[in-house]
Amino acid sequence: MKICITAQKDGLDSPVDPRFGRCQYFAVADTETSDVEFLENSNKDGMGGVGIQSSQFILGKGVQAVVTGNVGPNAFQTLQAAGIEVFTGAAGTVAEVLEKFKRGEFKSVNGPSVEAKHGGSENTEI
Amino acid sequence: MIISIASGKGGTGKTTVAVSLALSLKNVQLLDCDVEEPNDALFLNPRIRQTQNAVIPVPEIDQEKCTNCGTCAEACAYNALAVIPPKEGRAGTVMVFPQLCHGCGACSYLCPVQAIREVPKRVGVVESGDKGELGFVQGKLDVGEAMGPPVIRQVKALINHEKTVILDASPGTSCPMITAVQKSDFCILVTEPTPFGLHDLVLAVEALRKLQIPFGVIMNRSDLGNDRTERYCEEQGIPILMRIPFDKKIARAYSQGNPVVQIFPEYKEKFQALFQTIKEIVNSK
Repeated sequence: MKICITAQKDGLDSPVDPRFGRCQYFAVADTETSDVEFLENSNKDGMGGVGIQSSQFILGKGVQAVVTGNVGPNAFQTLQAAGIEVFTGAAGTVAEVLEKFKRGEFKSVNGPSVEAKHGGSENTEI
Repeated sequence: MIISIASGKGGTGKTTVAVSLALSLKNVQLLDCDVEEPNDALFLNPRIRQTQNAVIPVPEIDQEKCTNCGTCAEACAYNALAVIPPKEGRAGTVMVFPQLCHGCGACSYLCPVQAIREVPKRVGVVESGDKGELGFVQGKLDVGEAMGPPVIRQVKALINHEKTVILDASPGTSCPMITAVQKSDFCILVTEPTPFGLHDLVLAVEALRKLQIPFGVIMNRSDLGNDRTERYCEEQGIPILMRIPFDKKIARAYSQGNPVVQIFPEYKEKFQALFQTIKEIVNSK
């Protein structure tokens, strides 16, 4: 199946981006073939409703799950309405997270992990 | 005539000037358009006679009529709508995020199947009343709401054009200030001769020039700080309409909710003269 991992840079060794809506790149990965396509996030500097915009964007890529650091309330609502599973707390590189996901090490969440406009965590590598 | 009072920097003395001016003239209506923190009423103690909800129209989707075309979400400049297309056994749906909605009406206007109707959502309150002969209106944005302009517009809808209208705006130079001062005949910029005061005065001057509203400056606490603001006004050809020296008695009176003109009745004449000067400037344009 296709999943979306948020990434800070374009590349498999890129650290995961802890934000969903304003991440730098969406890494769309096929869990069967391990093919990964990096898509630049053109929404990231938007004024507002960016979580909603980003959710709509990856919806159109046939993704069934999102794996990231944190997801805010608007993005979570939109992803949930679209039937996309959300996995938060991801850290490490895109390649590492993909392997962890394939091994079933992530649990899906039932609600947003942060409040609106939370931003990155203190451990963010930029 | 509509005279707005703005500043750029907060705390320079807009309310002092607005209330004093209103109390010094006849046939006046005072509008408090600082809807995030209206404070004119603290000095005026008006009797409020009417209260109405300030509302913005928010979309409501008829999910049966909706074809999931996505036009509304695309049209929305504020991302307040998300269109989820149908997928294997799950019907499509349109989500509305009212807290992001600016009430522009584009979605309902553009929907090709008229599946969107507009429902009023309360964002604040508009109160009107009087203090003797002085007419008074104030707007209050509800706690938790982010947008002042819709409430400000609804306050301004109650302008009585038969009166001299004094409009107290919010500090700053962004949407709430612009919405308040727009279409006024003259704007008084209240400033103080300090570096921060000057910095924000320059921004306010730029804004008023773009809006093409004639303006002048009142220097509050004029004997403090430095002379850079004075020189700036001279260089720019900006009239300094009044100078109010710092006086602890004024500050004390203010902190007790007493307008300047009550403690210092001689200021009434100064504000009356100010009004004449403004009339002359406006009539000469």
